[in-house]
Amino acid sequence: MTATTPNAPPPPTPAAATIPAGLRRRMLAALYRRPRAQILLLLTPPAGWFGVVYLGSLALLLVTAFWTFDGATGKVVQHWTLDNFGQLISQPAFRTVAQRTLLFAVAVTVADMVIAFPIAYFMAQVASRRTRAVLFMLCLLPLWASYLVRVYAWRVILAPNGPLDWTLGLFGLGPAGLYPSDLGVGIVFTYLWLPYMILPLYAGLERVPRSLLEASSDLGARGATTFRRIVLPLVLPAIAAGSIFTFSLTLGDYITPGLVSNNQFIGNIIFEQQGVSGNLPLAAAFALVPVAIMAVYLFVARRLGAFEAL
Amino acid sequence: MRSRSLFAVAASLGIVVAACSSGATPAPASPSTAPASVAPSTAAGSVAPPSVTPSSNLPTAIGAGEGELDIIVWAGYAEDGSNVKEYDWVHPFIAANADCAKVNVKSADTSDSMVSLMAGGGGGLYDGVSASGDASNTLIARGDVAEVNVDLIPDFKDITPFLQSPAHNTVDGKHYGVSHGWGGNTLMWRTDKVTPAPTSWDVTFDPAKMEAYKGKITAYGGSIYVADAAVYLKTHSPDLGITDPYELTQPQFDAAIALLTAQHPFIGKYWEAYTDEIDNFTTGATVVGTTWPYQTNTLKGQGVKVDAVVPSEGMTGWADTWMLASKAKHPNCMYKWMAWMVTPHVQTQVAEYFGEAPANPKACAELDKVYASYGVKDFCTLYSVNDKAFYDSISFWKTPQADCGDSRGQTCVSYDKWVTAFQAVKAGS
Amino acid sequence: MGRWLLRAATGAVLAFLYLPIATIALYAFNAQRIQVWPIREFSAQWFGAAWDNPSVRDALALSVQVGLVSALIAIVLGSLAAFAIHRFRFFGREIFSLSLVLPIALPGIVTGLALNATVRTAGISFSTATIVVGHATFCIVVVYNNVVARLRRSSRNIEEASMDLGADTWQTFRFITLPVIRTAVLAGGLLAFALSFDEIVVTTFTAGTQETIPIWIFNHLRQANQRPIVNVVALILILLSTIPVYLASRLTTSNETGGRT
Repeated sequence: MTATTPNAPPPPTPAAATIPAGLRRRMLAALYRRPRAQILLLLTPPAGWFGVVYLGSLALLLVTAFWTFDGATGKVVQHWTLDNFGQLISQPAFRTVAQRTLLFAVAVTVADMVIAFPIAYFMAQVASRRTRAVLFMLCLLPLWASYLVRVYAWRVILAPNGPLDWTLGLFGLGPAGLYPSDLGVGIVFTYLWLPYMILPLYAGLERVPRSLLEASSDLGARGATTFRRIVLPLVLPAIAAGSIFTFSLTLGDYITPGLVSNNQFIGNIIFEQQGVSGNLPLAAAFALVPVAIMAVYLFVARRLGAFEAL
Repeated sequence: MRSRSLFAVAASLGIVVAACSSGATPAPASPSTAPASVAPSTAAGSVAPPSVTPSSNLPTAIGAGEGELDIIVWAGYAEDGSNVKEYDWVHPFIAANADCAKVNVKSADTSDSMVSLMAGGGGGLYDGVSASGDASNTLIARGDVAEVNVDLIPDFKDITPFLQSPAHNTVDGKHYGVSHGWGGNTLMWRTDKVTPAPTSWDVTFDPAKMEAYKGKITAYGGSIYVADAAVYLKTHSPDLGITDPYELTQPQFDAAIALLTAQHPFIGKYWEAYTDEIDNFTTGATVVGTTWPYQTNTLKGQGVKVDAVVPSEGMTGWADTWMLASKAKHPNCMYKWMAWMVTPHVQTQVAEYFGEAPANPKACAELDKVYASYGVKDFCTLYSVNDKAFYDSISFWKTPQADCGDSRGQTCVSYDKWVTAFQAVKAGS
Repeated sequence: MGRWLLRAATGAVLAFLYLPIATIALYAFNAQRIQVWPIREFSAQWFGAAWDNPSVRDALALSVQVGLVSALIAIVLGSLAAFAIHRFRFFGREIFSLSLVLPIALPGIVTGLALNATVRTAGISFSTATIVVGHATFCIVVVYNNVVARLRRSSRNIEEASMDLGADTWQTFRFITLPVIRTAVLAGGLLAFALSFDEIVVTTFTAGTQETIPIWIFNHLRQANQRPIVNVVALILILLSTIPVYLASRLTTSNETGGRT
């Protein structure tokens, strides 16, 4: 791992300057003739990090799910068992929670698709370049505002006698009764992950040639037909890419449900088992549920070409 | 092709699994960094041998502070004036102990999370904790806290006699900390929304009584709340024969869980973070349920119409202890903190701020002078500071064990079962 | 007609996106400590209180430090990975590119729990370093995605021309490749920093007693009477974040128009 790495990314290592130019040239030439060595140099650092830190940890998580938790001492014992999975299957509560979370992941993803489409379409196909740049920034900005503070802000908005009820009251409506409620969680999730859907969708729509849309309408297709036959197939990878985020973020969140509803989601169970009870094996076993769901989801998304659109 | 690549992912994971599991080693115990002057007896060694005298290797003096202190507390136990200006005993502590100039406070919501935080990272992240009875004995048994030389705590001799060596912090004649204060989990309600004023827990357990407040009732989200159901059943289902709400046989436990399951549809929101309860009572999202006096005080201070009462069935409660972590990085500062926390003036402030009986009755003289904004007249009489009978009437939090502790033997339901059962209740099934 | 509907929908979505942020801004000026509606009295007192709070500054410094180091690691490893994947065909390439995406495709709690289990099992103590490792892991993919997308769009001919004209690999990289990918690397790095800066779940599982800004916010939102200060801090952070967001959008749009390189 020296400065001779041919395609080393910036910043260029200062060490490069200390190697005589002639030697450097010869080493580089030698390296250029050996693509295998180049691959090795390029690949070892990121693959090493990923293999050891990330995949290693995931593997350990899998292993931990087969270990035993000693309730009396609060310690994890490296004694192999299938009990954790047995509990997952036999406890109706865990099943209810898994089903509820999956349902929300689907609902939130669909809601985000529907809400994101008009603005993404407007940005990509209608707005002037200047407006587009401003809108792009406006969609990006909420991602920088603290996630937690935004959830708390929603709590204020949805609370009984809060701004929402107050506004509804002006029209003689309400109260909405959205806090605490599951519907409230759905709204907050939809809100939180919306930019993750808008941005890839915008990128996808931007690549749809305007001429294609014009041709479609010239040939007599109505808006709905153009949308279904031209636009949708072209942006499907982008939608799939955005949905990876909305789906996965919903599956794992425990903070929003804890703050907005009285119900538990997969994340709450994992967090409580690990952080409160110290039962790492059961937490690990339950964590494999979203992993399995995402594995299936990624498989489908990959077929739709989502990975090129991420 | 695609399926093959996915198979390859699985295979590669399998390889890493094998490589990793062979290399996995149990966490080594990190050596205590305590200086020679304060070498806390290693907890594992001090728990096991049955002896009735304090260990001989306890520190005989508090050495110089290590510059910093990391503690886990119940909210309101380590105030630095940022919440209410008058209530500040952290800055005066720093002023009095220049060698412990930085105090890092982590507040926890439940006893479970305290236990988990104390063990986190193999222990040693925190120097001490204000543990309730359902955490203190667990921490002692697991060796996460160290024996303490109470001779180094000048005000220890003034602590209420029944709190000098209580079972929840003194095991085999060894002190594992210093008592801090105690109180009960009362019933709070919004006086403008709940009428007539409740006097019984039935408003939170009896479906007929709950109906009027459906979706506006709150309950504590920690698993120890199962004991509150048991306290209710002790009076209302005497045939179950519940003697101690923490020592429940399977049928008694099942009855408590059934009661909680029936309660679940009426709950608007469980609270774990005490601020959640404050928020929800402020907005009226919840209007009646169990509370700590702290929330009642805060809400009253902010002009929210609430009141609280000790219901006729009695109540669960807490008796808290400042404990020293066995792997504390700053044991001297923790000793200084423990000594500081039981001085009369600090006891006055914390008792009034949180709303609990101080462990050191010498605080009463000052408390009865009516101090600062939450001033309560005749504080120590109101909180029954010296009333042993009242103290005995509270069902203090303790860790449920399989061993019932009486003639019933090993027939009681242990705490890990409480956790899973209550989690199932909260998950709504 | 359709145009107007589209405009109205766009406006509605923007309103939805900024409703909570407006709420935060409003409550930052709330004179009272409790958040009730409508606000009865306004005051700017909390700005002073936030400024005087040393723990905010400590948390901010830690978050910036963690964000910078994580982004730097992500820039190095993400770019290397992008080059390897784009330039070469090798055994396991598909798996490698798939696994790079996993940290953002799997829920944060899974990544957090996995790293937590590893740190515990290995007997390492939780520290700033463990936070950085966690953050860098999910940041790599962001840089990787940006760089690999740029590489796909850029032509290799110009590099080959450079080599044909006698430049060595280093010179070609320095004067041809680097200018092409520079903005992509920077934009990826900025996004990585942003992700790290607001990350709470992975941090919760990999931190010891350290307080990053999100952890600070989490701890203070749960303390009575600290909400106004948190609102002030959040508002200031939103205002400050317009700078990197603006920079990032400049970097990405300059590429779309052919680049100013």
